[in-house]
Amino acid sequence: MWQRRHLLGLKDLDKKDIELILGQAEYFREIPRRQIKKVPSLRGKTVVNLFFEPSTRTRISFELAAKRLSADVINFSSSASSIQKGESILDTLKNMEAYAVDIFVIRHSFSAASVYLAQRTKACVVNAGDGANEHPTQALLDMFTVKQRLKKLTGLKVVVVGDIAYSRVARSNIWGFSHMGCEVWLCAPPTLLGRDFSALPVRITYDLRKAVKEADVIIMLRLQNERQSEKLIPSLREYRQHFGLNPDILKGARRDAVIMHPGPVNWDVEIASSLKEKIMPSILNQASNGLAVRMAVLYLLKGAAE
Amino acid sequence: MGYKRKALILNKDDFHKTLRRIAHQIIEGVPQVSKICLIGIQRRGVNLAYRLKRIIDSLEKVDIPLGTIDITLYRDDLTAIGPNPEVRSTKIDFALDGKIVILVDDVLFTGRSARAALDALMDFGRPEAVKLVVLVDRGHRQLPIRADFIGKNIPTSLQEEVAVKVEEIDGKDEVVIWEKD
Repeated sequence: MWQRRHLLGLKDLDKKDIELILGQAEYFREIPRRQIKKVPSLRGKTVVNLFFEPSTRTRISFELAAKRLSADVINFSSSASSIQKGESILDTLKNMEAYAVDIFVIRHSFSAASVYLAQRTKACVVNAGDGANEHPTQALLDMFTVKQRLKKLTGLKVVVVGDIAYSRVARSNIWGFSHMGCEVWLCAPPTLLGRDFSALPVRITYDLRKAVKEADVIIMLRLQNERQSEKLIPSLREYRQHFGLNPDILKGARRDAVIMHPGPVNWDVEIASSLKEKIMPSILNQASNGLAVRMAVLYLLKGAAE
Repeated sequence: MGYKRKALILNKDDFHKTLRRIAHQIIEGVPQVSKICLIGIQRRGVNLAYRLKRIIDSLEKVDIPLGTIDITLYRDDLTAIGPNPEVRSTKIDFALDGKIVILVDDVLFTGRSARAALDALMDFGRPEAVKLVVLVDRGHRQLPIRADFIGKNIPTSLQEEVAVKVEEIDGKDEVVIWEKD
């Protein structure tokens, strides 16, 4: 049974919690296929998307999830707000709270921003990405997609490739898949890997061929454009040569390997465009699974709050 | 405070006879068999709906569409029955428009589950009619809802619990009344 009021990261969850969320998400997949794509579960509840950092996909996904559950939704984005006038994020939250908000969905560029706010509000908080810390619903939807395709989540070889040091998606996936009993490998140039990963339950390699060998799951991360100007990689071309996924490298993976990407993809940088046809359906599937996972999370949190 | 077993209301044999009688009543009461579909309310209504389908199918040489519906997301009494009930599967992979839906539940009590199920059904389309089947009607309605086909009327007190058990989940078919100690 779900008892938590917040979902801030996967680090503090256990296998049972993850199984519960993924199991519940299974049943929410059917709702968007109904004639009336809505259930009254969060009727009369207010969900605020508090986004201090630009986001399209995650914000739309959370907005739609809340609406499909019949909640009232307010979208706040910092670019069009009093944050521009110097208001602190806590003041912003407190102002919103005065409207009797039930759930805050928070995105911020500082790590642990959602933890900071969760400790200071009576409402439930979902972390929708905080700095380089965690992005739990993205990892949950990745795991959901894997479970759907491979019918299991334990004992898999999971490889995370690319821009890892600054990636909250990577961290949440490391925790999530490790809790489920998977072997997680990281593969990236040392400059994009950082040093703090040696403390996590992972294996590290700089050789993509070795990483992908016999892999069940391959998570390719988006290479942020500014990495080149920051001199963290010599050139896009060289990055692609060593860390880009292409049909040849992919041959080493298991035949039914699930390839994922949180989007948007830089084609011919982290993934060869010749793989587009093969990979695109799975990426779009991730999006529809994300909706189901977020509906399940909102449902569980609201239940725990009552 | 626990519960103690008060009385056996239906044994296995009675249980099966009752389902057969209800199946016959459905066929008699809804002459357009081709319009009938059965939808079981999670959890044990699902099993009862499946049993009714098998009986009606063999009597009428038809293949009645069968669905399941979970009402958790439609309930108005969640806080009254404890936090966070788990959502279960809803599966209706045929169109409801113009159908005569036979909604199947194990026990009719306050009427709140039936109300929630009706709301849920309407999100799937516009059936021509909805009829309610329950294995047990134990009274104490809080909403203006009644069943069209009833296995057994059992007057109960609020100190009692009616437990419908089915082979598929509980390992046996029976209906028992429990009383608060």
